[in-house]
Amino acid sequence: MKNFTQKTIEKYHHDKTRLMDILIAIQSESGHISPENVTQIANELNMSEVDVEQTISFYHFFSMKPTGKYSIYLNNSVVANMMGRADTAAAFEKEAGITFGEVTPDGLIGLFETACIGMNDQEPAAIINNRIFTRLTSFRAKEIIRDIKDGKKIEEMFSASFGDGANRNNLVKSVVTNNIRKIGPVLDPDYKVGEAIRKIIRMKPEEVISEVKHSNLRGRGGAGFPTGLKWEFCRNAIGKKKYIFCNADEGEPGTFKDRVILTELPRLLIEGMAVAAYTVEASEGILYIRYEYKYLEEYLEKILEEARMKNYLGKDIMGKKGFNFDIRIQFGAGAYVCGEESALIESAEGKRGEPRDRPPFPVEKGYLGMPTVVNNVETLCSVVKVMLNGGDWYRSFGTSESTGTKLLSISGDCRNPGVYEVSWGFSVHDMLEMVGTTGNVQAVQVGGPSGSLIGSDEFNRTLGYEDLATGGSLIIFGEKRDLLNDVVVNFMDFFIEESCGSCSTCRILPNVLKKKLEKILEGRGVEQDITDIETWGKFLKASRCGLGQTAANPILTSIKNFRHLYESKVQTRKEYDTGFDLQQAVKEACEASGREPNI
Amino acid sequence: MSKPVVATTSLAGCFGCHMSLLDIDERILDLIELVEFNKSPINDIKKFTKKCDIGLIEGGCCNSENVHVLQDFREHCQILISVGECAIMGGLPAMRNGIPIKECLEEAYINGPTVKNNTEKIIPNDPEIPIMLDKVYPCHEVVKMDYHLPGCPPRADLIWEALVALITGNEMKLPYHVVKFD
Amino acid sequence: MNQIVKITIDGVECMATKGQYITDAAKENGIYIPTLCNYEGVKPRGSCRICTVKVNGRLMTACTTPVSENMEIENNADEIQELREAIIELLFIEGNHFCPACEKSGSCELQALAYRFHMMVPRFPYSFPQQEIDATNPKLVKDQNRCILCKRCIRAIKDEKGRSVFAYKRRSRHVEISIDPKIGKSLSDEMAQQAMDVCPVGALLVRERGFVVPIGERKYDNEPIGSDIEKLKE
Ligand SMILES: Cc1cc2nc3c(=O)[nH]c(=O)nc-3n(C[C@H](O)[C@H](O)[C@H](O)COP(=O)(O)O)c2cc1C
Ligand code: SF4
Ligand code: SF4
Ligand code: SF4
Ligand code: FES
Repeated sequence: MKNFTQKTIEKYHHDKTRLMDILIAIQSESGHISPENVTQIANELNMSEVDVEQTISFYHFFSMKPTGKYSIYLNNSVVANMMGRADTAAAFEKEAGITFGEVTPDGLIGLFETACIGMNDQEPAAIINNRIFTRLTSFRAKEIIRDIKDGKKIEEMFSASFGDGANRNNLVKSVVTNNIRKIGPVLDPDYKVGEAIRKIIRMKPEEVISEVKHSNLRGRGGAGFPTGLKWEFCRNAIGKKKYIFCNADEGEPGTFKDRVILTELPRLLIEGMAVAAYTVEASEGILYIRYEYKYLEEYLEKILEEARMKNYLGKDIMGKKGFNFDIRIQFGAGAYVCGEESALIESAEGKRGEPRDRPPFPVEKGYLGMPTVVNNVETLCSVVKVMLNGGDWYRSFGTSESTGTKLLSISGDCRNPGVYEVSWGFSVHDMLEMVGTTGNVQAVQVGGPSGSLIGSDEFNRTLGYEDLATGGSLIIFGEKRDLLNDVVVNFMDFFIEESCGSCSTCRILPNVLKKKLEKILEGRGVEQDITDIETWGKFLKASRCGLGQTAANPILTSIKNFRHLYESKVQTRKEYDTGFDLQQAVKEACEASGREPNI
Repeated sequence: MSKPVVATTSLAGCFGCHMSLLDIDERILDLIELVEFNKSPINDIKKFTKKCDIGLIEGGCCNSENVHVLQDFREHCQILISVGECAIMGGLPAMRNGIPIKECLEEAYINGPTVKNNTEKIIPNDPEIPIMLDKVYPCHEVVKMDYHLPGCPPRADLIWEALVALITGNEMKLPYHVVKFD
Repeated sequence: MNQIVKITIDGVECMATKGQYITDAAKENGIYIPTLCNYEGVKPRGSCRICTVKVNGRLMTACTTPVSENMEIENNADEIQELREAIIELLFIEGNHFCPACEKSGSCELQALAYRFHMMVPRFPYSFPQQEIDATNPKLVKDQNRCILCKRCIRAIKDEKGRSVFAYKRRSRHVEISIDPKIGKSLSDEMAQQAMDVCPVGALLVRERGFVVPIGERKYDNEPIGSDIEKLKE
C-alpha cells in the first residue's frame, strides 16, 4: 500500500522543484516531517537527505518534531505586544501547562512564537492549525485551550461571528476583518472583471508596455522599480518559456494590505497577472503566498477555477489565439526573506529561500532559469486600473515622481487601524489625522522595520519615492511607548532570526549590534558605543539583499532621530566601559559550588 | 630621564609568553639597560611599588583573582598590552566557554574519570580560593587594553619590536613572519 | 568569440574577457582581490562578502559579478579595505578560532587574510558559541567551531549521482554544515581529502592525520595570501 508521502510525491511527479509542496502536504497531514519521511523523499527525488533537510530546516512552519495535534503559533510582533500579547501568552502557557517552544506530553497542544502574521490591525493574533484567531485576550486563550481539550474541531472554536466581506465566504469562514477604511482607484470594486484583458488583447504587447511606462507606475513591493521597464526587460530577454510571479509573501512587519486584496479583489489580481503575461509572453504564473494566509487557499483555488471557466485563464484567452496562461498557487512556509524576489523564486523551486547573487536578474534568468517577472500584489492590481483608464488618468493621482495611489497598512496606537488607499504625496501628519490618534504621537515607523523610525519633527514629510518611500507599513507609537526596549529590540530580533544566513555580514553583525544596544540599555554604555554602532552598521551595506542591507535600520534610524534616548542612557562620566560585571560573571560558579561571592 | 618601568603578569596563561619574552637572546641585556622591571614574576616583585609605564599581560581572565590583578595593572600602568592568544581571545582555557561552568566544575570535581574519593561530591568552595568566572574573558573585555601582540606564544621578535617601538617612540617594523596566531 | 572589454581597477586600465568574473579578470591583470568563499572551478556564491568592490560606485561582490565594457572598479579604497577588515574580524568572533590548536593553522585562508590585513584583535566582542563537533563520519571530522559557512564544500563535493554530500542546516545565525549520514558513509579517501582541501579553514579534517606540514613550510608561513597573484604583475 502506498503511504501518504508516496502519494504526495507522485502527485508532484517526483519533481524536486516541487519539494515545498510535498513538504507542506506532509507537515499539514501529520504535524511534522519525520526522519522516515525525509529518507523516503530523498530516495524518491534522487536527493541526499541533508539536501532535503536543508530546505525543511530553513522554514519556520516545517518541523522534524511533532508540533502537536493543535499547534498554536502566537504572533510576537511589536504591535501584538502593544495590544496585550503578554497576558494572552501567559494564559496559553498556564492553561496548556507548557511554555512556548514546547508540546504537551500527550501531544495535543504545541505552543510556538511566530513573527508578524499580517494581522497588525487585529492583534494579538495567532494561527492555530492554519486558521487565524484575532483580537485574543487571556479569556479567549483559556476558552481556546478548553475547546481543544474538549476535542472541538478548529471550525467549532470561533466564538465571534466571521469577519467582513469575503472573510464570510463559505470557503474562508474567518474571523479576520479587512478594515478597508479608505478606497481609491485600486481598491474601487466598481470595475468590470475581464475588461482589461479584453482591451489589451487588441493591443500589441509593446503598446501595453508603453502605456504602463507612461503611467509611471513603480513597484509597490518596496523597491519601487518602474513596472513598465521591468516588463520590457523580460519581454526582450531570451528564453524558451517565461513566468509571471505575484509576490504575496507580505512579510514586512506591519503590512497587511496584500492580504486584503487577496481576500476582496483576487479577480483583479488574476487579471493583473494575465495582463503581465500577455505583455511579456509568459505562459505560466505563480502566485506565491505566505504560509500565514493558507486559510485563503480553497477560496483562491475556487476563484482561479472560475477564471479558467470564464477563459480569463487557460488556452487562447478571451479568444486571442496563442495567448495561453495559467496560474498556480505556491505557498511559502514561514520565512520573511522569501519576499525578496530571487529568494521567492528559489523557494518556489523547492529550495531554501536564499536570495541569489545578482546579476543575473530574474527578468533574465529567473524561475527554472527562465526570464521571470516578479511583481507585488498591489502593483499587478494597479496595472489593471492603468490599462482600463489609461496612463494619463493614473498620473492625475499622486505627485510627478510618485504617480498614482498607495495602499497603506496602518496599525499601532491609533483609533482606526486598517487599510487606506491614498494618493502619493500624503503627509505623515495627514495620515495621523486620518486614522485618529489619542494623545501625543511619539514616533511613526515608516516602511516597517527596514524603513525608518521618525519623530514628530518629521511628520510634515510626505510619502513618496522622492521623500519617504514605503511599501506601506506604518506603525504608530504613542508617547508612553518605550521605543528602544519595546520597538527597536523587537525589530532587531526579527532581522536576526529572519536572515537566511548565507552572507557573513547579515548573519553576524545584527546580533553584535543588538548586544551593543543591550549594553547601552543596561546602563553600561558609553558615548563610544553609540559611535561604534553607527560605524559598524555601515558594514551591513555589503550584504547581498535588502534584508541585510537594512538590518541595522531600527537602531541606526532611531539613533538618528531619537539620539537623546540613547544619550540619556550612556554614562557621561566614563569614556570607556567594557561592560564587564564581576558580580554577574561569578554568579553561576557560586551557585554551582554553593559559596558566597566574596569578591 | 629615568628608565621606563615595565610590569608583567600571567593570568590564565601557561607562562609561555613570558618564556618568549626571555627568548630574545642577548637582547635581554639591552632590555635590562632600557627598562626597569617592577611587579613581575621575572624578578618576583609581588606588589606594585610605583606607577609603571608598560604592563604586559599574559593570559585571559578565568577567575576573580585574574580580574583583580588585571584591574590592578590597569590602575598602575600607563599602557597595557595583551600578550599572546590567551590574553587576546582567551586561548586554550577559553575552550571551556560555551559549556556551562556548572558542567565544567562537576566534570572536574565530581563526574570526571580521574575523580576519586570525592564521595561527598564537593566542588571546592573555600572562601580563600578565587571564584571561577562563567567563561574565560579576553583581557580587553574586562578592562581597556591598549595594544595586542598575537601569537602562541608571540614571537620574541614581535615582543621585542613592540617594546622598543613603545619605549623609543619609533614606528614598529613588523616583517610578515613575526605576527602569527600560533 | 571572446570579446575583449576595457575596465579600470583603481584607475588602472585593464583588459578582460566579457562575462568573466571580476576576480578572475583582476587576477589576470596581476591584481589581487581577496576572496574566501570563492573556489576555482566551482560556481561562485557570494557568501563571505570579502571580495566586495565598488563597481561604478555600487558595492558588488567581485567573485559573482561579470565584467562589462567600461566598468570602473574600486578595490583599494579605504572604505573597502575597512569593510574587509571588519568581515575578517566578524568571522573570527562568530566561531571559536583557537588557532594554536588548529590543524589548518598556517594554511588557513581566514587566518592568512587576517595576517594580510594586520588583524591584531577583532574590534567586535567574541561570541564563544557552543558548537558541534561531528565525528560520526568514518573519514572526516567536522568542527563547526571553525566553519565560516562559505558553502565551498556544498558546492564542490557531490556524489556520482550528483547528490550533495554537504548541506546547510537551519538559517540565520543558527546555520551549520551537515554531512549526509548515508552518502557520507561511503565517501572515498580521495573525496574526503578533496573536502578537506576545499575547506578554507580547519572545519573539515581527514581523520587520523594532522599537523603533517611542519611550521615554517605551511602555505602562508612566509608570504601573504595573494602574493602569487601580485607577482604576476612583475
Ligand atoms: C527581505 C525582503 C523582503 C521583501 N518582501 C517583499 C514582500 O513581502 N512583498 C513584495 O511584494 N516585495 C517584497 N520585497 C521586494 C521584492 O524583492 C521585489 O522587489 C518586489 O516583489 C518586486 O515587485 P514590484 O516591482 O511590483 O514592487 C522584499 C525585498 C526584500 C529584500
Ligand atoms: S543579506 Fe541576509 S538575508 Fe539577504 S542574502 Fe544575505 S544573509 Fe541572506
Ligand atoms: S580555522 Fe583558521 S582561523 Fe580558525 S582556528 Fe583554524 S587556523 Fe585559526
Ligand atoms: S565546512 Fe569548510 S568548506 Fe564547508 S562551509 Fe564550512 S568552512 Fe566552508
Ligand atoms: S569571495 Fe566573493 S563573496 Fe566570498
